[in-house]
Amino acid sequence: MAISPPAEHIWWHQPIHREELIWIIVAFLWGLVMFFMMIYWHAFGQQNLSNETYRITPEAFAAKTQAMIDSYQVRDDNGIPVVKPPAGGDVYLMGRVWMWYPHLELEKGQSYRLHLSSLDYQHGFSLQPVNINLQVQPGYEMVLTLTPGAAGEYGVVCNEYCGLGHHLMVGKIYVVER
Amino acid sequence: MAVTSDTIAVPVSSKAARFRVCATTGLRIDLSAQTLIKWNAVAGIVFLAIGGLLGLSVALTRWPAVHLLPAEWFYLALTAHGLDVLLLWIIFFEIAVLYFAGAVLLGSRLAAPRVAWAAFALMLIGGLTTNVAVLQGGSSVMFTSYVPMPAAPHFYLGLVLFAVGALIAVGVFFGTLVIAREERTYQGSIPLVTFGALTAGIIAVFTLASGAIILIPTFLWSVGIVNAIDPLMYKLIWWGMGHSSQQINVSAHVAIWYAIAAIVLGAKPLSEKVSRMAFLLYILFLQLASAHHLLVEPALSSEWKIFNTSYAMYLAVLGSMIHGMTVPGSIEAAQRAKGLNRGLFEWLRKAPWGNPAFAGMFLSLVMFGFLGGISGVVMGTEQINLIMHNTLYVPGHFHGTVVAGTTLAFMAITYLLIPLIFQREVRFPRMARWQPYIFAIGVSGISLFMMGAGTLGVPRRHWDITFADAAFKFDFPDTAYLMLGLNGIFALCAALGGLMYVIIAVASVFFGKRIEEAPVRAGAKPTTAPMGAAVGTYGSAGTLHVPGTIVLVGIFFTAFVLYYFVNWKYLAEVWALR
Repeated sequence: MAISPPAEHIWWHQPIHREELIWIIVAFLWGLVMFFMMIYWHAFGQQNLSNETYRITPEAFAAKTQAMIDSYQVRDDNGIPVVKPPAGGDVYLMGRVWMWYPHLELEKGQSYRLHLSSLDYQHGFSLQPVNINLQVQPGYEMVLTLTPGAAGEYGVVCNEYCGLGHHLMVGKIYVVER
Repeated sequence: MAVTSDTIAVPVSSKAARFRVCATTGLRIDLSAQTLIKWNAVAGIVFLAIGGLLGLSVALTRWPAVHLLPAEWFYLALTAHGLDVLLLWIIFFEIAVLYFAGAVLLGSRLAAPRVAWAAFALMLIGGLTTNVAVLQGGSSVMFTSYVPMPAAPHFYLGLVLFAVGALIAVGVFFGTLVIAREERTYQGSIPLVTFGALTAGIIAVFTLASGAIILIPTFLWSVGIVNAIDPLMYKLIWWGMGHSSQQINVSAHVAIWYAIAAIVLGAKPLSEKVSRMAFLLYILFLQLASAHHLLVEPALSSEWKIFNTSYAMYLAVLGSMIHGMTVPGSIEAAQRAKGLNRGLFEWLRKAPWGNPAFAGMFLSLVMFGFLGGISGVVMGTEQINLIMHNTLYVPGHFHGTVVAGTTLAFMAITYLLIPLIFQREVRFPRMARWQPYIFAIGVSGISLFMMGAGTLGVPRRHWDITFADAAFKFDFPDTAYLMLGLNGIFALCAALGGLMYVIIAVASVFFGKRIEEAPVRAGAKPTTAPMGAAVGTYGSAGTLHVPGTIVLVGIFFTAFVLYYFVNWKYLAEVWALR
């Protein structure tokens, strides 16, 4: 029994049950399939995270974001600037308690280099209803290339707990036709 | 451990240990181990009761029609819920399981009982300190306490004390194994259940050490001695505790599955080698799981993420898939040996479903695989994590592992520990018959509906997805609200099951009918023969087939493969990202 010492002193010498062996082989091969699936997706899939990250101070990131706002602001949403940077260019979005800043207007089907960082605590970039979720860290600037797939108004919900106003933190990304 | 080597050097001290012999099982039980098992288990159950109630308040707040707690209380309750059930309930109970698998199953005295008491005191003081810090209101930083969000210094200090106490307790368990071997209280190799407990113990050392390594500097940061803690480094090491401690749970509850199958049905592992190697895979690979929490993080390379998140090509998942077959396989073999041979499933139909220990164990096995296991592997796939990270899918997954898997298994073994260790009859046997089912139904609902809401993008740790007070809003689909409502209803069901468990456990321990006690002997003569040798050799290679189990794992495998590729399909529909 499992609660008493095995009958054979050297349990290693016990032969393996044939049905167990088949299952072990199946499970092992399935593991390989799942492992190589991730590598396959890097080669052929459209949804992969970049490995591009820089260390940055909150002040420096805020300055870069402000420079973009100064150049490309098109209107404002109740005091939050809405920015329409040129297609293919760099876009900065910063998380801070408790807002995403600024709001963005992007063109459908164009690629943008999106720079994400936080000015204070950790935040969660959760683009809804697309459902892309990224972690936003203070001190790190993550850069990834994003291509909006459909026009519309999208919410950026914060999904990393960032203090008592966490549930107030919603930003906006507007995607327009070219 | 210095302490244990002292006691080994003077084997004479074993005479001082007092034993009783269990009238029903013939196990030789060290009385000090028995008392320590009792107190650790009771402490765990108290924290389960508190943490469970907090969990219910969280679920009722998420239910938009009820929205029970104000925001500040919600975040406080959620922090305390994670702390009390995920850490305190489970680790206290695990220490009880380790002492049981070490001292009781090996018929040995417990190494250094006084040190074990000191460990218990440290854990209790640490747990209470952190609870006080949370209840004071300044430390609603969630169980994960990610820097740079600050908590009160005694929040971290309590956790450090708890981790150190638990490490010492694990050391006592290791010492007990050494003593049992030195004093030859058993023959040959340690039993499989003890082997599983040893696996849990080894992983616990890694886990608790990680916790201490990151929480000590964080404590120093909170009092102003250290300038800054890098948030990514914190996360990497913290999850070396946070996720790996779930692997202690897996090892412990798998060991309990084997133990209950053995005690209730006399089941014998199909092959010791396979089951033990599966535990070994846990030791070798489970610690890589810290990466599961870092898949959409900046600064870590895809190569690192793929290797670590897959436990080096899914070798730890292989371990769980093996146990998922060998545990029901051993039950089938035992039942067939008793003549329940008709068809594929007579052995399962005629299993003791009215015995809460067996029912809880089997439900734990099935739900851990289907709810927790599959969802965990899918969510832990590097790219698929993009559509799940930090959504309610995450708590949906881990309520399938830690609550449906571990907590239900711990509840099930309690029905055996009450007569064996507490020497009381289980009170309210009819309620006990129903308890595992009610709890299991509740938990499966919690797990499924949180996962469902997460698939729709609902964030975790979020007080109000209607964004009523926010400057800007996002409208989640009505289905998301339905999911959260159902989550609340099933949380009530799970809470009822949890309450029944606490009532039964407390009533049995304090007011249960005493079971006749065998005379206490000092230094009773050790058992020499391997117990259960009379059970015979059924289940050995080639002599018996387990076709029912093959069908069950076939169903599991099909569900796994389908669900895995369905999620790649979902991912493929998301905006292009590189």
